[in-house]
Amino acid sequence: MNRPADNDAPEGAPKNVQEQRLLETWRTPRGWRYWSAVNNTEVGLWYTVTSGCFFLFAGVLALLMRVQLATPGAEFLSADRYNQIFTMHGSVMMFLFAVPIFEAISILLLPQMMGARDLPFPRLSAYGYYSFLIGGVFVCGSLLFDAAPKGGWFMYPPMTTDYQPGIGADIWLLGLSFIEIASIAAAVELIVGVLKCRPPGMRINLIPLYGWYILVVAGMILFAFPPLIAGDILLEMERAFDWPFFDPSRGGDPLLWQHLFWIFGHPEVYIVFLPSVALMAMIVPTFARTPIVGYGWVVLAAVGTGFLSFGLWVHHMFTTGLPAVTLGVFSAASQAVAIPTGIQLFCFLATLLAGRVVGSVPLLFIFASLATFVFGGLTGVMVAVAPFDLQAHDTYFVVGHLHYVLVGGTIFPLIGGTYYYYPLVTAKQLSARLGKIAFWLLLVGFNITFLPMHWTGLLGMPRRVYTYPAGMGFETLNLISTVGAFVLASGFLVVLWDIVRPKGKEPYAPRNPWDAGTLEWLAEMPLKPWGIRSVPIIKSRDPLWDQKDLVHDIDEGRFYLPDAEEGLRETLVTSVIDARPEQCLRVPGPTFLPMISAAFTGGVFIFGTYHWWTPALLSGAGAVATILIWLWTGTARVPEKEAKNVGLGLELPIYISGPSSVGWWAMFITMLGDATAFISLVFGYFFYWTIHDDFPPETSAGPGVVWPVVGGVLMLLAYGMTIAAWRLNRADRSGAFYFTLATAALLTVGGAAALFAAPWSTGLDPTRHSYDAIVWLLVGWTVLHAMVGVLMQLYCLARRSAGHMTARHDADITNVTLYWHFLALTVALTVGVIAGFPLLS
Amino acid sequence: MIMHAVNQSLQPILDRPRRATFSWSRRSIARWALLAVTVCTGCQGPQSALSPAGEGAEQIAALFWAMAIGAGMIWLVVIGLAAYALRIVPQPHDKRSSRRWVIGGGVIVPTLLLSILLMFGLAILPALVRPAPEGSLHVEVVGVRWWWRFIYPSPDGGSFELANEVRLPVGEPVQFDLRSADVIHGFWIPSLGGKVDMIPGRQTRLTLWPTAVGTYRGVCAEYCGASHAKMAFDVVVMPREEFDAWLRQQAQDAIDPSEPDARRGSEVFLKSGCGGCHAVRGTAADGSIGPDLTHFGSRHSLAAGSLENSPDNLRRWITEPQSIKPMAVMPGYHTLSDADLASLIAYLQGLE
Repeated sequence: MNRPADNDAPEGAPKNVQEQRLLETWRTPRGWRYWSAVNNTEVGLWYTVTSGCFFLFAGVLALLMRVQLATPGAEFLSADRYNQIFTMHGSVMMFLFAVPIFEAISILLLPQMMGARDLPFPRLSAYGYYSFLIGGVFVCGSLLFDAAPKGGWFMYPPMTTDYQPGIGADIWLLGLSFIEIASIAAAVELIVGVLKCRPPGMRINLIPLYGWYILVVAGMILFAFPPLIAGDILLEMERAFDWPFFDPSRGGDPLLWQHLFWIFGHPEVYIVFLPSVALMAMIVPTFARTPIVGYGWVVLAAVGTGFLSFGLWVHHMFTTGLPAVTLGVFSAASQAVAIPTGIQLFCFLATLLAGRVVGSVPLLFIFASLATFVFGGLTGVMVAVAPFDLQAHDTYFVVGHLHYVLVGGTIFPLIGGTYYYYPLVTAKQLSARLGKIAFWLLLVGFNITFLPMHWTGLLGMPRRVYTYPAGMGFETLNLISTVGAFVLASGFLVVLWDIVRPKGKEPYAPRNPWDAGTLEWLAEMPLKPWGIRSVPIIKSRDPLWDQKDLVHDIDEGRFYLPDAEEGLRETLVTSVIDARPEQCLRVPGPTFLPMISAAFTGGVFIFGTYHWWTPALLSGAGAVATILIWLWTGTARVPEKEAKNVGLGLELPIYISGPSSVGWWAMFITMLGDATAFISLVFGYFFYWTIHDDFPPETSAGPGVVWPVVGGVLMLLAYGMTIAAWRLNRADRSGAFYFTLATAALLTVGGAAALFAAPWSTGLDPTRHSYDAIVWLLVGWTVLHAMVGVLMQLYCLARRSAGHMTARHDADITNVTLYWHFLALTVALTVGVIAGFPLLS
Repeated sequence: MIMHAVNQSLQPILDRPRRATFSWSRRSIARWALLAVTVCTGCQGPQSALSPAGEGAEQIAALFWAMAIGAGMIWLVVIGLAAYALRIVPQPHDKRSSRRWVIGGGVIVPTLLLSILLMFGLAILPALVRPAPEGSLHVEVVGVRWWWRFIYPSPDGGSFELANEVRLPVGEPVQFDLRSADVIHGFWIPSLGGKVDMIPGRQTRLTLWPTAVGTYRGVCAEYCGASHAKMAFDVVVMPREEFDAWLRQQAQDAIDPSEPDARRGSEVFLKSGCGGCHAVRGTAADGSIGPDLTHFGSRHSLAAGSLENSPDNLRRWITEPQSIKPMAVMPGYHTLSDADLASLIAYLQGLE
């Protein structure tokens, strides 16, 4: 059915009707409607540019700090201003740049690498982006009003509770929690993208390494951010309502925060670093002109790094007076993580050895990264040795170390990646000349800035000081660092100029300008909005090198989904392990809904910061309403036909539910993150138990046994009836379905009320003692989740009555049932802990 | 000058009375230190971890030098390999031999080196974190935003309070029992040893073992708010007899001033309400919010190591403390007349 290509057509014009329809379907909206785009190429680009802007902002803050520290006793910045600036520098770099830039680039590139047309949940990406934008501007803006947080990016209480009135700390806690939620949303999207949206034939051992890294990193985000969110909740509850989680005079403990923060904070380092390794893993084979050596080693090492990174957090707490045994164990674990990291780097070196290396600007930055990161890794092993850390901890040695790791491990590969991938975004190339100038300025400037800091720290200069006295030997070293910082900044300016300078007159980049082997380089120059002309069958890790005529066949539309007959955006869903085609997924097109619901969600956090509870509640209602509209109008639509011919004689269903569908996976993954946050709160309960001889305290009545058990039983009944309703729907027994699910909803409300009655009836006062507070919090968490559960049950009732859910089309109730599996666990654990544990102890 | 530095820094290592731990590695550590100090001309400083004057600091400095040299060699090898792979190699190596690099360089060598390092690190760890032996000097330290309360045992069996300067006998272990009055602080004397946090609601401890007489500087290592940078203290390590004399003297109440100007200053002190926050033992001033001033005149610095203890600096501190230490609790007494101020300074400087 394919017509031969018309070779006389002007560049970029559609060659036939099929192409015409595809173009129409995937066309990016113009004018003010441009901002309703949800396609990964647009959202990914906005995301990348926005996080780049936050990087520049935080970089300027760093320069201000370096000016203040250039001379001893300087008065360029006041102490208060300096403390705001260093807090913001760290927080913005970590939360508004390092994590988002990975998600941004991945949103931008992943579908291309997977030969997919889009990510499975484009509106979720857009929602995440707008949340990030709103939250980020809110947090950064606080600096202009002299109201910025000043507790350090680590926010240790009690300094951030009793000793910092004002809203700075609240802005940090609420603004960044908001962004963390957006980060988790993007992580869910990316995991599902890698697992379910690969091209047919791309079995799990053929995934480009970038995809593996996305899986590892997004998985880490999923388990690392929730403990921090749990910590944020505890800290904000103490600030806003005086619940004494960290107040030792009322049974709290400041170290609980440190544990929760660093359980997040250490994996965070690898969350930031591994994506850049992923870029290296894409760039190195291209310029070595050979497939990666040790693909399996790299994958295993990346997974190993991810796992190990969750067992190291205590090395940030070596000086808190922990027992020697604890120090020893975590010291060993911290050193061990160097091994998988080393394996990955040696795989790249081996690839370069095995190949015929072609020089290029991206490769220069890979070299800069190796030289810098290996140095930072070695000083990292040094601080992992607990005795040395007793001296180095909280000094400029650590400042030097962490910048070697983060700039070497993250920024340099990112710049290399920018030079490498720029043609895929703009169809133009960056200047090799400017790239070389930038390389030297950055490498030299960086080392002048940060190498002396190791020395400054060993001479005794602590971190986070707004000034230092003369006569300690710090003066020269600090002045050198400041000079270096400006050289470094000039290097970034060169890169920035290269990126933004007008390139209208330059020719388009050639197709696949680097002769790379991976699918993303199929992109035509100038770029087409459809992502890929037709979705190919993949048989190799480097298909552009190994599969003969692949590009030609794809361009001719000889593979899957070469057309958009219905004018709907479609992409393929395949199975997790061996990428067998399972579904023709219809993805939504442009809409403003994500922007609106992000604005409402932002309202909850921003109004909450100022304790304006009524607007916050109204905003929350607005957010729920818009999200419901979004789900109702765009999710799990009953299609006009059951199956569709996607090309090559393959018929695929358009609607599927259960574990092969993307929605089921998204719910499952989201709930893993949610459960992690809940477990972190339970960890808090048992942490108090370990530090107090008397916990639960004799003086507290506790929540009793009767009400918690009643609440638990009611909710578990509701759980059973929800599952029954799912079966009844599948059996198409309409009446029984409505009755069972409605009863389940009523039981849930009753159960939640009973659970709430437990601490209420025994008069637990959450401001009295950490015990009362943590019990209330566990109850509150569970009740809130029960309310969401009710909302979902009602949604399913409405869906069926409106004809959007049938016995065959049951994705809604299937995913709700999945939510309820997790809710039942939460209820059981809450009741077990608050009512059962006091009986044991 | 370099030889002097070598001698000075090796002296304590070579001459120190031996304890039973790991003497087999001492000699090699000393050799490392010798090498290190000859290449290091910028190690000196009152706050330097690399000019050690205590057991812990010596061991850690030696560990640092050993690790730094090892790390330097590893870095050169790896980067050399990278440069070789990127630039020099004319022909591609075959895959199998390249893979050997992954197993050798990525797995075997790091595992061996890290195991050795771990053994060394863990070997010196217990001595650094254990409590001081029975009968050692205990000094209680309370971190307060942004100064230090030091509580010494007095020779007659009780205890008494000092502030912002700690003195220690040389060659003996001392245990610091650390607490915080408000937020988390970090107690750190780099020249003597590692640091330990001071955490509200907990008591932590740090044992140090000064080995050389001298004056050093301690600082707060954990960020504690506006004037974290201005929270330091002086450390004077002295021979045992001098220390005993000092302790006896500091345990005593303040001596009534004999000079008329200073006597007038003591009246200004009480009249202006200074005693509401500060204590001068033996007088009506018994405040406990701010630092004890009983022997203020004998201290090296004022405002927790912020300024040298001189009349001019003291005047600045009394009249505009926030300009020296932002957010300091002490109100500025810029309304005092010049005469009152001069008398007050004479009184305070006379409290030796």
